[in-house]
Amino acid sequence: MAIKKFVVGSFEDEQVLFPAVKKVRKAGYKIHDVYTPFPIHGLDQVMGLRDTSLHTAGFIYGITGTATALSFMGWVFTKDWPLNIGGKPHFPLPAFIPITFELTVLFSAVGMVLTFCYLCQLAPFVKKHHFHARATDDLMVMVLECTSRTNEEEAKAFLASVGAKEINVQVAEEGWWLGRYDKEQKLFENKTESSLV
Amino acid sequence: MASLRYESQVRGALVTGEKTYHDVTEDIVRPIEMKPSRLWKIGFTISVLLLLFGVYSVYREVAYGIGEWNLNKTIGWGWDITNFVWWVGIGHAGTLISAILLLFRQGWRTGVNRAAEAMTIFAVMCAGQFPIFHMGRVWMAFFVLPYPNSRGPLWVNFNSPLLWDVFAISTYFTVSLLFWYSGLLPDLATVRDRAREKWRKHMYGVLAFGWTGSTKHWQRHEALSLVLAGLSTPLVLSVHTIVSFDFATSVIPGWHTTIFPPYFVAGAIFSGFAMVQTLLIITRKVLSLEEYITMEHIEVMNKVIVLTGSIVGIAYITELFISWYGQNPYEMAAFKNRYDLSTPYAWSYWLMMSCNVIAPQFFWFKKLRRNLLFTFFMSIIVNVGMWFERFVIIVTSIYRDYIPSSWSTYYAPTIWEVGFYLGTFGLFFTCFFLFAKYFPVIAIAEIKHILKKNGESFKEKMVEEESASVEKFAHEHAHH
Repeated sequence: MAIKKFVVGSFEDEQVLFPAVKKVRKAGYKIHDVYTPFPIHGLDQVMGLRDTSLHTAGFIYGITGTATALSFMGWVFTKDWPLNIGGKPHFPLPAFIPITFELTVLFSAVGMVLTFCYLCQLAPFVKKHHFHARATDDLMVMVLECTSRTNEEEAKAFLASVGAKEINVQVAEEGWWLGRYDKEQKLFENKTESSLV
Repeated sequence: MASLRYESQVRGALVTGEKTYHDVTEDIVRPIEMKPSRLWKIGFTISVLLLLFGVYSVYREVAYGIGEWNLNKTIGWGWDITNFVWWVGIGHAGTLISAILLLFRQGWRTGVNRAAEAMTIFAVMCAGQFPIFHMGRVWMAFFVLPYPNSRGPLWVNFNSPLLWDVFAISTYFTVSLLFWYSGLLPDLATVRDRAREKWRKHMYGVLAFGWTGSTKHWQRHEALSLVLAGLSTPLVLSVHTIVSFDFATSVIPGWHTTIFPPYFVAGAIFSGFAMVQTLLIITRKVLSLEEYITMEHIEVMNKVIVLTGSIVGIAYITELFISWYGQNPYEMAAFKNRYDLSTPYAWSYWLMMSCNVIAPQFFWFKKLRRNLLFTFFMSIIVNVGMWFERFVIIVTSIYRDYIPSSWSTYYAPTIWEVGFYLGTFGLFFTCFFLFAKYFPVIAIAEIKHILKKNGESFKEKMVEEESASVEKFAHEHAHH
């Protein structure tokens, strides 16, 4: 969590965005993120993001559920309170399958959604800086992070050359904070822009 | 990239009219930002009144006991369990559309999945009321949970299908809710970011969890949707399978059959799709979403209805055949008590047969599949038929048990039994009206995602490519 300076440019068409991302990366700029109104397949690869491991987490949560259900029901019926139900076995595996399956799905789904929210920092009352209000409507917003070696003007010109519109510079908190969307909040002292670079 | 956008012309456009991404946002979010219409207010008021009547009916049952209902010695399950199975069945279409059709990569699901999932959640909420209040002493309902208690601890019976139901329904509700809400996050953010009023900005700001649309988040979101779809697919099949076990594992003639799980699942999809049609035909008209929920969508769902209706028909005939083929006198008697016109409930059996098996056959005709009024009428017929299916299975199997002296009692519900049922309608439609007013009824981001592939204006451009020779087409697309 830190306040940083960003160069922001918007794209209207993903056909322009893809080559632009490639060129921007090739030119050595650091892409902070690209905000899009809908999932664009392949954009993550072009940006060089690694694949998510969320499925692996889901699998682990799932087998946790399987193990919990089987061991708990087994413990109840064989150790804690062995009931004789019509002379049937104390560990009737087929009769345990439905609940075992349901708990597998439940653990996996709940675990994955919580992990997803944790990784993406999503929760009620969480607020983040939005670089462009239309990033959830019809614009794909590319955000470059300014490092000590970035020349702002050059970066803006480069973005323009690859087809970006509405190019500007924003100083913003890159992480999240607790806040309301109907209120503007000052998270930091009004430092001059130059002192941040 | 062109090859990624390729989509066969066999399917019609899923979004009609010349649309840009912004148009999609406008069209879907506009009803949320407008003042509620007169029609909405009237509908909402009726729903709330029904709900209140339901609350009073339930109050009667809780205060005075199960005797407020007309259940008797042989008919221990009557309207309440019929309604339970009916609502759970309806709750199957949403997850089927959003999960199974996602796995099969069916583009048409995007127009209808959001509303169908919402319908699923509300239907399961309604369904859950019935077994809970059927317990009689509802304040002890928590006894079905396996928690360490001071009675031993005495655990629940994990071998009982009724307990499997507790796990199945609650898991199904939770997973459907998570699936629905995680899909809603990006769209709620869309509403938030264009909101002008302060309260709206705040409300959707809270609801959208701070969604930004980051590429990494989208990547995880896609992975999450896919795995949740993969989990929901067997889940949706398991839920109605387990509901059917409530019957199939008991030794009651007419219930004790192995065909029940597939037969129940097909019936659930059948009735669920009918309910989706009922709701969407009204919704698309009232919110003017005809360009997103097109004739194409309606026709495809009608095809699913005729398919599942026929599967249900085969199941009915198989049941009859097996009861004769098995030559078990009790089994044969149970079925004779259904189809024999001289028995008191034969009318319900034949009503079920005509609504579920005969009526949907009209959908073999394309003209009728694409006729809105006829589809709407059929969607009601199917749900009446599916209600009677559960009524037939429950009541006609148990109203004549092994003691003929008790045969004379004719089971008909009391006003409070009917009131409870009407009350769940109130709950269902109250929730649906609120959803249709305050939430995007169509998955905005998903529509945008398919817009350039399946939108009418984009599809027209593909006609030329499609008519190209094989060599030319392969030359242009295959190497990508």
